[in-house]
Amino acid sequence: MPILDVQSLSKSYRQAGGDTTLAIGNITCQVEAGEFVSFVGPSGCGKTTLLMSIAGLLAPSSGRVVVNGKEVNGPPPNLVLLFQEYNKSLFAWRSVLGNVRFGLAARGARSAAAESKARKLIELVGLKGFESHYPWELSGGMQQRVAIARALAYEPEVLLMDEPFGSLDALTRLELEDALLRLWAELKTTILFITHDIEEAIYLSDRIWVLSQRPSRIMQELKIDFPRPRHQVTTRAEARFMELRNDIYRQIGNQEVP
Amino acid sequence: MALRRFNGIMFLLTLVALWEFAAQAEWINALIVPPPSKILKLFYELVTSGQIPMQILVSMKRALAGYLLAAAIFIPLGIFMGLSSMIYRLFEVIVEMLRPVPPPVVIPVALLFFGLGDEMKIFVIFFSCAWPILLNTIDGVRSVDWVLLNTARTFGLSGLQTVWQVILPACLPQIMTGLRVSLPIMLILVVISEMVGSTDGIGYFVLDSQRRFKVAQMYAGMLALALLGYTLNQLFNLLQRLLLPWQRGLSRQND
Amino acid sequence: MKRSQPFNWLGWSSFALLLATWELISRATPKLLLYFPPMSRILAALGDALAAGTILQHGWVTLGRFAAGYLLSAGLAVTLGVMLGYFRFLHGLLATSIELLRPMPSVAIIPVAILLLGIGDGMIVSVTVYASVWPILINSIDGVRRVDPVLIDTGRTFGLSSWQILRQIILPGASPYIVTGLRIGLSIALILVTTAEMIAGSKGLGFFILDEERAMNSANMYAGIVVVALLGYTLNRLFLLLESRAMKWRHGMMARQAA
Repeated sequence: MPILDVQSLSKSYRQAGGDTTLAIGNITCQVEAGEFVSFVGPSGCGKTTLLMSIAGLLAPSSGRVVVNGKEVNGPPPNLVLLFQEYNKSLFAWRSVLGNVRFGLAARGARSAAAESKARKLIELVGLKGFESHYPWELSGGMQQRVAIARALAYEPEVLLMDEPFGSLDALTRLELEDALLRLWAELKTTILFITHDIEEAIYLSDRIWVLSQRPSRIMQELKIDFPRPRHQVTTRAEARFMELRNDIYRQIGNQEVP
Repeated sequence: MALRRFNGIMFLLTLVALWEFAAQAEWINALIVPPPSKILKLFYELVTSGQIPMQILVSMKRALAGYLLAAAIFIPLGIFMGLSSMIYRLFEVIVEMLRPVPPPVVIPVALLFFGLGDEMKIFVIFFSCAWPILLNTIDGVRSVDWVLLNTARTFGLSGLQTVWQVILPACLPQIMTGLRVSLPIMLILVVISEMVGSTDGIGYFVLDSQRRFKVAQMYAGMLALALLGYTLNQLFNLLQRLLLPWQRGLSRQND
Repeated sequence: MKRSQPFNWLGWSSFALLLATWELISRATPKLLLYFPPMSRILAALGDALAAGTILQHGWVTLGRFAAGYLLSAGLAVTLGVMLGYFRFLHGLLATSIELLRPMPSVAIIPVAILLLGIGDGMIVSVTVYASVWPILINSIDGVRRVDPVLIDTGRTFGLSSWQILRQIILPGASPYIVTGLRIGLSIALILVTTAEMIAGSKGLGFFILDEERAMNSANMYAGIVVVALLGYTLNRLFLLLESRAMKWRHGMMARQAA
């Protein structure tokens, strides 16, 4: 049974003027446990709305989402969403350790064992030594790592990530892509990733869904079977990589950006 | 930067020296504007004899009582009004009606109810400090970023847990702003209420000195008030640094 | 406040309930009549005083002093503030003195003013000017200093002279802060006028309210308070109106940022 089952999901908004905008058209897809899948689409196509609906933070206008056999009616207990604006989602009044411990406490783990677990996670994301720092003292990339560590502390079965690396500089982005893949390989969580960076999606994922312009629909599903572990130089140098990239670009690039 | 500080201090000292000279040389009427040396000497005497500290203590007891009472009532009220739009609307009209009343104008009402005692001043200060505290608290609660709220939701926090673990810490800086703004208001109102209706306190001391034509003493009292204001500010900053260790960087980030 | 908000039934009902309770309790308890005269009596007293013109006379006096004090202080403080914000050297000279003088509650200046100027209009206007200058000055200095250096450099790269930069970039850029200072100064000016009238006046709303309290005419006292509150409210609304006209660009910008 797929761990995540999205059935004919659609979402529309009522605007201030009274008109309705259809943000997501008709999305149907399934994700198996342990997979790394991505949605790729042009800006403004409703990717964030899609993710928030799957995460149970928005109620769908029609269709439904089933996580691990249970229909989603609010934030499901084994799923966590990582927001795009990580700096606004981190708790400014808690240190790095405090933020990560929050993730554990939300799971119910408060003991001394929790503390050592938190420290291990902080080390895993590469922030060892920064446990007592406050978010404002960290760079953007480091803040994003704290957010990831906090989300992983919750031990979700499904991790949703909304363009997590979008506002980072190119080099940091590559670094975090690899860090994420290592974490994913070790923790075997299911990851649903959203990005507008086509090559990033190809590099990271097992499968990609290409989304159309708003109202978004799945235009194509692509299977990515480069061997793992992937490598920034060798994997991206493969001929097939460029083919996939051009294929996707033709589809999204052809769309008119409003 | 340090040079400009130095310039500033030198400039100030020059002004003071000019003042001293002008007063001594009778260019200005020393009866109305005595030389700073006389004022400082008298100030020193009044402080060491305990007279000024005692008046300050009297005033501060009243002032803090009113201030803390206002905080104790209006911070929780502000939180409730910020969280629930129904509670907000319930109190909105009453608040908007009472807000434009300039605080000193409440003094005669307080006199009517409480006479000339401490309660009168406490009430006046309570009323005056209420609005900045209340409005800043409401504002702080309402402006908690939706990303933070959704983060709490995605981690499965209940409504109550969200309020306690996320909303309250997030709006603490704004609450402190309200408290900080109320501090000088507290000081001003304790002085006014003592000038209008009291027989002790540092505000009364200054006015009384003027009435008795003890001019140097009046200036000494004003100096004491300035120092009091300064000290209160510093203490508050210290408190803020202790309570909000993360605030330093955040405000720098947002500047 | 958004213009399209629905009428706040709940709020007005609770307010009306409060007034009604006041009215009933004060009528039912003769002992409390002094402290809580019935609303109706207050309104009647207000009506009488208005008709007799007493409150209006006092009101004009207060308004006149307020206007003189506030406008004078605004002119002084904005000019001085902009200069101090712009000329670092000047600011450096005066910064320490400002820092030392600021913490003193401005009302403490009243006894000195009485000493120097007696107890007339001059004294009242002077203390009002003194007190209102501070928030306007500090905010103006702050506003000028906070103008983004990028904006100034943009002006320079377009070949603007220093004077042009001051007028076309710095002043508009600092205006939100200056306006905040002016708004605070407005409340402070009203506070000081009424205070000075209470401490050493023979006319004006502040004096009227205190005087009626001393004569135990609580209804008149409350009536006076209502008038002062209305005055304060009206002045604030007027200010907001002028501000929204003058600062249209800012309101649009803020609305956009909030969206």
